[in-house]
Amino acid sequence: MIRILIAKPGLDGHDKGAKAVALALRDAGMEVIYTGRRQGVDNILNAAIAEAVDVIGLSTLSGVHLEVAEELMQKIKGKNLTDIHVVIGGVIPKKDIPKLESLGVSRVFPIGSTFEEIAQGIKEIIDR
Amino acid sequence: MESIKDEKDRWEKTNFKKQPSSACTTSGLDLKTLYTPVDLDDFDYMRDLGFPGEYPFTRGVYPTMYRGNLWSMRQYAGFADAEESNKRFKYLLEQGQTGLSVAFDLPTQMGYDSDNPMVKNDVGRVGVAIDTLEDMEILFDGIPLDKITTSFTINATAAVILAMYMAVAEKQGVPLNVLGGNIQNEILKEFMARGTYIYPPKPSLRLVVDIIDYCKEHAPRVNTINFSGYHVREAGANAFQEAAYCLASAITYIDEVIKRGIDIDDFAPRIAFHLIVGLDFFEEIAKIRATRRLWAKIAKERFKAKNPKSMMLRLFCGSSAREATLREPLNNIIRATVDMMGIVFSGAQSASILSYDEAYTIPTEESALISLRTQQILAYETGIAKVADPFGGSYFLENLTTRMEKGIEVMIDEIDKQGGILACIESGKIQADISKNAYEIEKKKQSGEIIVIGVNKFVDEKKQDEEVVLQAIDPSMARKQLEKLSRIKTSRDNERVAKVLASLKEAAKGTDNLMPYVRDAVRSYATIGEICDALRVVFGEYKESVVF
Repeated sequence: MIRILIAKPGLDGHDKGAKAVALALRDAGMEVIYTGRRQGVDNILNAAIAEAVDVIGLSTLSGVHLEVAEELMQKIKGKNLTDIHVVIGGVIPKKDIPKLESLGVSRVFPIGSTFEEIAQGIKEIIDR
Repeated sequence: MESIKDEKDRWEKTNFKKQPSSACTTSGLDLKTLYTPVDLDDFDYMRDLGFPGEYPFTRGVYPTMYRGNLWSMRQYAGFADAEESNKRFKYLLEQGQTGLSVAFDLPTQMGYDSDNPMVKNDVGRVGVAIDTLEDMEILFDGIPLDKITTSFTINATAAVILAMYMAVAEKQGVPLNVLGGNIQNEILKEFMARGTYIYPPKPSLRLVVDIIDYCKEHAPRVNTINFSGYHVREAGANAFQEAAYCLASAITYIDEVIKRGIDIDDFAPRIAFHLIVGLDFFEEIAKIRATRRLWAKIAKERFKAKNPKSMMLRLFCGSSAREATLREPLNNIIRATVDMMGIVFSGAQSASILSYDEAYTIPTEESALISLRTQQILAYETGIAKVADPFGGSYFLENLTTRMEKGIEVMIDEIDKQGGILACIESGKIQADISKNAYEIEKKKQSGEIIVIGVNKFVDEKKQDEEVVLQAIDPSMARKQLEKLSRIKTSRDNERVAKVLASLKEAAKGTDNLMPYVRDAVRSYATIGEICDALRVVFGEYKESVVF
C-alpha cells in the first residue's frame, strides 16, 4: 500500500484542498497521513521519516512553492533520502512547473487537477 | 385549503404523464415542481414574518429598508506596506470615502515579527506588515481618527492591533470614547476554517471577551466582534452548517460575555454578522431570512434581550468565491451578479462581491470597478431595491425559509448537546464535517453532478484555464521592514519593555482583563511577536487535530 504524507508548509491556512486530496487518496486505497497547517520543512521531513512514507505531497496556495520545494529537495538529497518522492499541488502557475521538476519534484498538480489524475499520477511514480 | 389540495392533485394527474425528475437544493432540501398555499400549512404572518424593522425581523432589520438607505458597497483591498497604504487611504478620503479597511499580512495576523525566520516568505504578502506601534503610526499618519472609521480584518492579534490603534488616537489627542472602528475578532471560525489562530480555543476566547468588555467601558464606538459564517462556507460547509456554526459561536461568545456580568443589551446592538450568498438563489435568500428570524428568537428567548436592536441581525454579505472559475473568467461577472441579486433580496446592510479574476490573481483596477458597477447597476437601474423583502409571502420561499430554519435549529441543538461549539472544535468534529462536505462537493463537480458551465458542461475545447498570477512581493519592502524593526529594538527603552511584558505574563496567569496590559506593552513599542510570545508562554499554542 502506498503511504503518503500530505503536508501544508508555511503560514497559509487554506487547507480545504489538502484535506480533500487526503480524503480522495484514502478512497483510492492509499495510507494517508496529514501534518496539519504551518509546518516547517524540517517538521515535514521528520514526519515523513517517522511515518516511513513513500511520497510527500505538499499543498501550497500562497505562492511559496518554489522556496519550499527548493529547501525540501536540498534536505532530502542532503540526508540521502532520495527514495522519498515529492509531489506538489495547489495554486501553482504553469510556468513554474518546469522549475519545480528541475528541483527534483516528481509531479506537479496545479489547480484543476482531478482526484483521479492525482491518484493515478502518484501510482505511476511508485510503479516507475 | 382542502379544495386547493384537491385541485392540485387533479392538475398533477392531468398534466404529469410521468413523474418529473427529482431535484434538491445545494444543501440537500428536496424541491417540488410547484408550491401552493398547501405548503404553508402552519404559516402565521405576524408570527413568522411581521414587518421590516420589527421582531422577528424576517423581512429585514429596518422599516424602510433600501428606500431609506441603500446597502453600503465595500470592495476589499490590501497593500503590502504601511507607507503605500497610507497614501492610498489619503486618496480615498479625498474622494469622499469615510471608512477605511485594512488587511494584514499573515505574520501580523498570527503574532510573528517580520524578522522571525519562520515567516521569511510571508512578510507583506497578503496585506500590511505591522511589527510595532511605529508601523501603525505610519499607517495613519495625517489621518484624523476622530473623522473616520477603520475596519480591521484581524482576529488572533486583535487585542494588539486595537491597542495600537488606540495609541495612535491617543497621540493625536482623540479621546477613546469618540474612536470608531470595527475589528473582526471572531476567533472560533479561525479554528473551524480560516486558520490564523495562536493559542488554544479557551484562552483565545478569553482575549475576545476581554476586548468586548474593555471597549464597552472605554471605547464604546468600536464594533468589537463580527459573527462570521462566511469562512466556514467557503471552506466547504453547507448552508445549514454555515448558519448553525455561526449562531452556535455567537451563543458561546455571548455566554462568555454575560458571565462577566455584562447585559446583552449593552453590547449586542453593535454586533454585525458576516455571511455569504452564493449561486443557489432561493436557498441562499431563505437561509439569510431564516438566520435573521432565528437570531431574533435566540437573542430574545435564550438571552432575554429587551432592546430590539439586540435582536437584529445586521448583515455584511459576501459573494461566493468557491463558485468562480479559472476557465472563461468573464462568466464570473454573471455569477457575481446573481449572488449580488441574492444579497439584495436577502436584505443585507453592506456587500462585497467577487471580482471576475479573483480565482487566479489580485483584482485589477478594471475588474474591481466592474464589481462596484455590478452593485450600482442593481441598485440604481433595475428597481429591485425599491420594495422591502419583495419575495416575502412566496409559497416557495416561505416554505424553504421555514425548512432552513428548522434544519439550522436542529443542528444548533445537536451542538448544544455535545457541549457547545467549543467542545466540537476541540474534538475536531466540526473541522472534519466541513472537510468531508468540501470533498463531496468537489467529487460532484468532477463527476459533473454539480454543473459548472464552461468547465464540465458546454466545454469549449479551444479554451484553457487562465494562468495563475501570484502577487509578486518586493524584496526591498521586506528589507525596509526588517531595518525599521531592528532600529526600534535598539532605540526603545528595553528595560521598560521587559517590565511590561513580565506584567502581561503575570496578568495572563490570573483573570484580569488583559487589554490594559497589552496597551502598556504597545505604548512601550514592544513588538507584536514579543507580546504574543509572552502570552504563548502562559496559554500555550494550539495544535490542530488532524482528523479528516
